[in-house]
Amino acid sequence: MDNVLIQMEGIEKSFPGVKALSDGQLELRAGEVHALLGENGAGKSTLMKILSGIYSKDAGRILYKGKEVNIPNPRTAQDLGICIVHQELNLMPHLTIAQNIFIGREPRKGFGLVLDETAINKQTQELFEMMHLKLNPRTKVSELSIAKQQMVEIAKALSFNSQVLIMDEPTAALTDTEIMDLFRIIRQLREKGVGIVHISHRLEELRQIADRATIMRDSRYIATVRIEDVTINQIISMMVGRAFDETAPEVPENVEQDIVLEVKHLKQGRVLKDVNFNLRRGEILGFAGLVGAGRTETARAVFGADHYDSGEVCIKGKSVHIKSPNDAVRQGIGYLSEDRKRYGAVLGMDVETNIVLSTFKKFLGYLGWVNKGKTGVTAKHYIQALSIKTPNMSQKVKNLSGGNQQKVIIGKWMTANTDILIFDEPTRGIDVGAKSEIYKLLNTLAHEGKSIIMISSELPEILRMSHRVIVMCEGRITGNLPIKEATQEKIMQCATQREAIL
Amino acid sequence: MAVAAVQRRLVIRADALQRVLAFGALIVLIFIFSLASPNFLQFNNIVGILLATAVNGVLAIGVTFVIITGGIDLSVGTVMTFSAVIAGEVITVGQMPVPLGILAGLLAGGFAGFVNGILIAKLKIPPFIATLGMLNVARGLALVISGVKPIYFNDTPEFNSIAMGNVIPAIEIPNAVLILFAAAIIASLVLNRTILGRYTFALGSNEEAARLSGVNVDRWKIAVYTLTGLFSGLAGILIASRLNSAQPALGQGYELDAIAAAVIGGTSLNGGEGSILGTIIGAFIISTLTNGLRILSVPQEWQIVVTGAIVILAVYLDVVRRRKK
Repeated sequence: MDNVLIQMEGIEKSFPGVKALSDGQLELRAGEVHALLGENGAGKSTLMKILSGIYSKDAGRILYKGKEVNIPNPRTAQDLGICIVHQELNLMPHLTIAQNIFIGREPRKGFGLVLDETAINKQTQELFEMMHLKLNPRTKVSELSIAKQQMVEIAKALSFNSQVLIMDEPTAALTDTEIMDLFRIIRQLREKGVGIVHISHRLEELRQIADRATIMRDSRYIATVRIEDVTINQIISMMVGRAFDETAPEVPENVEQDIVLEVKHLKQGRVLKDVNFNLRRGEILGFAGLVGAGRTETARAVFGADHYDSGEVCIKGKSVHIKSPNDAVRQGIGYLSEDRKRYGAVLGMDVETNIVLSTFKKFLGYLGWVNKGKTGVTAKHYIQALSIKTPNMSQKVKNLSGGNQQKVIIGKWMTANTDILIFDEPTRGIDVGAKSEIYKLLNTLAHEGKSIIMISSELPEILRMSHRVIVMCEGRITGNLPIKEATQEKIMQCATQREAIL
Repeated sequence: MAVAAVQRRLVIRADALQRVLAFGALIVLIFIFSLASPNFLQFNNIVGILLATAVNGVLAIGVTFVIITGGIDLSVGTVMTFSAVIAGEVITVGQMPVPLGILAGLLAGGFAGFVNGILIAKLKIPPFIATLGMLNVARGLALVISGVKPIYFNDTPEFNSIAMGNVIPAIEIPNAVLILFAAAIIASLVLNRTILGRYTFALGSNEEAARLSGVNVDRWKIAVYTLTGLFSGLAGILIASRLNSAQPALGQGYELDAIAAAVIGGTSLNGGEGSILGTIIGAFIISTLTNGLRILSVPQEWQIVVTGAIVILAVYLDVVRRRKK
């Protein structure tokens, strides 16, 4: 095959504690749109960051037009004609469009001292005309919508005369008409022989735009298929097809139980569009969906960490107004962040302090002295009850493993007497053994009558733990499935549904 | 095209809002003070205000660059003094010609800025801490080198005329003021027309994006801090010339007035936004306020309180503006 642009083989990459890629493969031809598919964390972005020089690979090789190449930094990738449009936009909002496109390689005049602003505006205008875009190169990027910023990123990539264009979820934030614009440009590029890698979670887009697809799962290459040869369902089963032998949860009969939390018509800007759900006593409610579907945003809004525009939150039948995490804690809601290091635990402090942190007031003696005896008893109780593996309670939390850090945070919320616990990706970055301990703990908590919301991007985890599954897509609830009816395929279907069915 | 033109005008308007506000405030201040005191609009008093603005204005121009990168430089005041002392030593003790002394002063400032840049870009010390350290290092060195005694330029009367002479005899405006305006024009060109200026904004707007675009972020950061140091050096020459002496104990506190001028003029402490024109207006607001309050016999202690309150107000306006976006 002489029109193969990129050949990646046996790519491996580890980050401290995580193997992000164990066998990454990709073959990209000139003049094709190649979809790269997989669940969250399947290794798609990592593979593309290696191709564009942002990460270095641990093993494997990359062939560019048949020759092995080394891509140590983004500059080398650019020189080879490989450009990436990032998932997070990488523009400078205070500069104009043209200034952004030509950053780092500005043409100059006047003995190289003065920037040639006219030249970059003219070249940008030409680029836009080629793309049929109506944008003024002098407009500041901060004035543009997300979609327009995306177009600017693509224009920037094109200005390098790219042979290979990688787009990491370019349509995630776009509306339908904007997507059509983007696809028109992608098709133009395909005509010109550019190889395009398109990472997307929107499977229904594939037929419109992609020629072939490579599917990844659990940080490995699974298969490369021609889109016309397969159905969407076949692709989904390749994406989620991991065998998992854990038994389904025993769902307690909690339909009769009281509703402890009810969320009605929650709205927040473009992120949450009318979110409705309820949570019963003793229930584990799984929140499934793709990254960016609005699950964490829902949790943060309910917990008072972010403001919401409108909607109602009822706790035990009473409408409450939660304006801050402090209010939420007083209403008996605890939130365990997906980012333990930033929001969950005070890593530099010891286990004991972390456990009593949000309830210090209970432990104050005369003149506001902390009653060390009492905090010690409480800490010891939870270290035992949650079997936190720590040499002693004055160990700093940062020296514990991820699973034990998570348990310390759970201990903190239990001292605070919370009835509703929101777990955001409770097992992220935790090894398998510790995972099953966390699962056991969740079951115990539910059994004791606590109500749990578990946000997770791992479908097996959702299916194993939840009593009921809520699926979100683009700020809406697109599925509300009793566990008996929930399958990986069904959840994926709901999670990629762009219009609400409920 | 018509749509584009309207769009462009709107963009400029939003960006310049704080500058317009600051200019309005300056006019209002002048109006109020001229009503309150007949002496305020006297020619001598106006020259006094202009002269008082010169040193702080030059310092503020320098510090505007680092603030636009999202950094800060707390050492500009004492680096100014350090530069003045170096110039003084070279001219009086070293018996060198005045131009060489000026050059030495400028280089001393530039070098201090360069060291700041290395500390921040290469050693990754937060700008606040690195320049706080430099504040004390420069202050200490100025005292050590001068032997804690002022250096007088009595043998070289031409040194005094750098700031106080009249290059254009027809209008009796001291050179220091002309130097301020010249420095402002040059700084404005550097900021808006050169690669250094472009990267100054880029660093403050999204440093990571600049890095991923292949910009040598560290090198340009060092260049910006060096430029700020050069302006501190220039301020050192101006203040020494105006006082006809290098005062080693002077300098601390000047950095706050300089930062205040930049912020009042619309330079955002979050980086990415700012202009030299705004900074000059900010510097004039501070000196007009100080001068006016003195004419109205408000005690000096209260003048300090008022300046502080104005800075808080300016930063608050910036916060409000940002939240609306």
